[in-house]
Amino acid sequence: MRSERYIPYLLVLPSVIFLLFLFAWPLVEALLLSIRGSEGWTLEHFQRMAADLYFKDAVKYTVLLAVVVVPLQVILALCMAMLLGGISKGRDLFLYVWTIPLGISDLAAGIAWLAIFTERGYLNSFLQALGLIQEPRLWLSYETPAMLFLAVVAAEVWRATAIVLVILVAGLQLIPKEYNEAAEVFGATPWRRFWKVTLPLLMPSLQVALILRTILALEVFAVVVALGGRNLPVLAGEAYFWYNAYQNPGVAAAYSVLILGISVLATLLYLRLMRPRQEVAA
Amino acid sequence: MRKQWIGFSLMGAVLAALAAVFAQQPSVLFVSTQFTPIEEAQRMRQVILKDFSGRVEFIPEDNAPFTSRILSEARAGRVNVSLVGGLHGDFPPLIAAGAMDTVDDVMAQLKDRKFSPTFANLGKMGTGNQYYIPWMQATYIMVAHKQALQYLPAGANLNTLTYSQLKEWGANIQRATGKRLLGFPAGPRGLMHRFTQGYLYPSYTKSAVTKFRSDEAQRMWSEFKGLWQFVNPQSTTYDFMQEPLLSGEVWVAWDHIARLRDGLNQKPNDFVAFPAPIGPYGRGFMPVLAGLGIPKNAPNRAGAVALIEYLTRPEVQITTLVENGFFPVIQAKLPDNLPQGTRMAADAIARQAQSNVALPSLLPVGLGARGGEYNKVFQDTFARIVLRGEDIRRVLDSEAANLRRVMNDTKAPCWSPDPASEGPCPVN
Repeated sequence: MRSERYIPYLLVLPSVIFLLFLFAWPLVEALLLSIRGSEGWTLEHFQRMAADLYFKDAVKYTVLLAVVVVPLQVILALCMAMLLGGISKGRDLFLYVWTIPLGISDLAAGIAWLAIFTERGYLNSFLQALGLIQEPRLWLSYETPAMLFLAVVAAEVWRATAIVLVILVAGLQLIPKEYNEAAEVFGATPWRRFWKVTLPLLMPSLQVALILRTILALEVFAVVVALGGRNLPVLAGEAYFWYNAYQNPGVAAAYSVLILGISVLATLLYLRLMRPRQEVAA
Repeated sequence: MRKQWIGFSLMGAVLAALAAVFAQQPSVLFVSTQFTPIEEAQRMRQVILKDFSGRVEFIPEDNAPFTSRILSEARAGRVNVSLVGGLHGDFPPLIAAGAMDTVDDVMAQLKDRKFSPTFANLGKMGTGNQYYIPWMQATYIMVAHKQALQYLPAGANLNTLTYSQLKEWGANIQRATGKRLLGFPAGPRGLMHRFTQGYLYPSYTKSAVTKFRSDEAQRMWSEFKGLWQFVNPQSTTYDFMQEPLLSGEVWVAWDHIARLRDGLNQKPNDFVAFPAPIGPYGRGFMPVLAGLGIPKNAPNRAGAVALIEYLTRPEVQITTLVENGFFPVIQAKLPDNLPQGTRMAADAIARQAQSNVALPSLLPVGLGARGGEYNKVFQDTFARIVLRGEDIRRVLDSEAANLRRVMNDTKAPCWSPDPASEGPCPVN
């Protein structure tokens, strides 16, 4: 009997070792890399990062992308999930089609959208065929940062709304039907039922989706590089360039520590703001 | 039962014999910074090395892991690599650490190869001994769509084009077509920094480092900014110029020949290849020379020597050109069945190198892993002056500080075309 007490620990052990080995250890290494110089401890890497040409823009665009893309995705996914709830026949078909982008790597998604927005791309051919423009327009150049930003938003929304959708659909299925039926009996309108019953019960799933998507949005990289090159710098991209092109692991690590810091902050913020009601009451 | 035992022992004997045969012919571990793209590596293994009599293990690696591998093997005293292939600039850190053997004996064996004397001399790395045998070369040239030729400024000749004529050409094209059709590979993986380091700076200042912030450099940047008005703004997303040339987004482009190759080979009748433009000091250009060297205490030096002999044979040099786009370093007659595009590129390269205004400059030498930050200085200078329109003098002064730091950290002396220096190359 006594040995059974250890079985759960034994069972989680492999995954804990795996995480320690492949996440915690590299994390500590990256932290050390960012604060260690040729002569002991230093903040030099962070200073160089902050003084860099692309630093301010990278922070600006990363935060801006997260602030624009994440709410858009959550609202869209919520609408899609509610629509799915209203379909009885062929629901799975819609779900599968909507989650297709999940199966595509982000770089491939970036390249697909590049094929649309590039000078000889589908968008220009389409507009030309309609007679709306005479000459191909440039959408993705350093001279049109707003359009470039919109293109990245479009690609990101297309690519990653599905993950939010999947989480919300699962969350919706967990809500017992009785609550809604009871509200209906008491004469609540569909709108009221959504606000007073569905949404509060969906909070835990929403929290998960928001945390997941925000962290991923802060790490956005391949889509941006494919569409904008260096014209739209983002933090993860800068970390990549410092490591790969400039071969300076210290500054690259400083960037990744910064991304980590912002991610942790955002997660804590969500956990605090979206605390379930009963806990607050307690 | 008994029969089975006999069978097993027979099989064991055969295996042992096979192992002995293979052990007699140890393979050559050949590590190279060239041919890292998977297709190029495959063509190296399956086509270029096919007829070599010995066994070769060809392993391409990026610059930084390559250098640390050779150095740590030398330091540990357990050398596994028998042959090293790299660009001229990959060798100094290895030689400085005493990890490379001299190859004068190999050079003496290869007398009949007729290496270009400039290249053979570069392989001595400024010493009395040969440290690498020239392997293959490449460079950067210009390619234009034939439609663009009608807009060449009056009196301009493609082979003696100047930077101001290039600007005028771009202006003429824009006036006629309404489009900006000059192009440069200024994307995140593009080689624009090689253009500023090896073409623009030498042509206007006969330097890349010492005169980085000179008045001549200031004039150069303001002229280049003027030229940029006629450059397709999508250039900041171009990594390889062959694609925008083929799609017609760009009519006149500069790039590495390996990154123009598909364009020239797919539509040889649509394009012309020609040398880079000429500036006040001549035609700055950057030959890219790769060499083959042997580490000290290499486990299979004889095999490495045989492989060098093989790779520098005229027919193998031609195969290397056809398969992977690097040009011969020996006097080899190009066969008639060479693809037309490759022939055009070879022509342009010859004209670029052999004219009386030629001003060859080397890829950075002695910067090791800091080469990336050296490039960043030029990339950032370009982005700040040309793309963001910052004040030229202020940018040059502030980036000169970054350049100085790279030079002082690495203590790299000047390389051509900058005049030789005692100690780290100064940024005046």
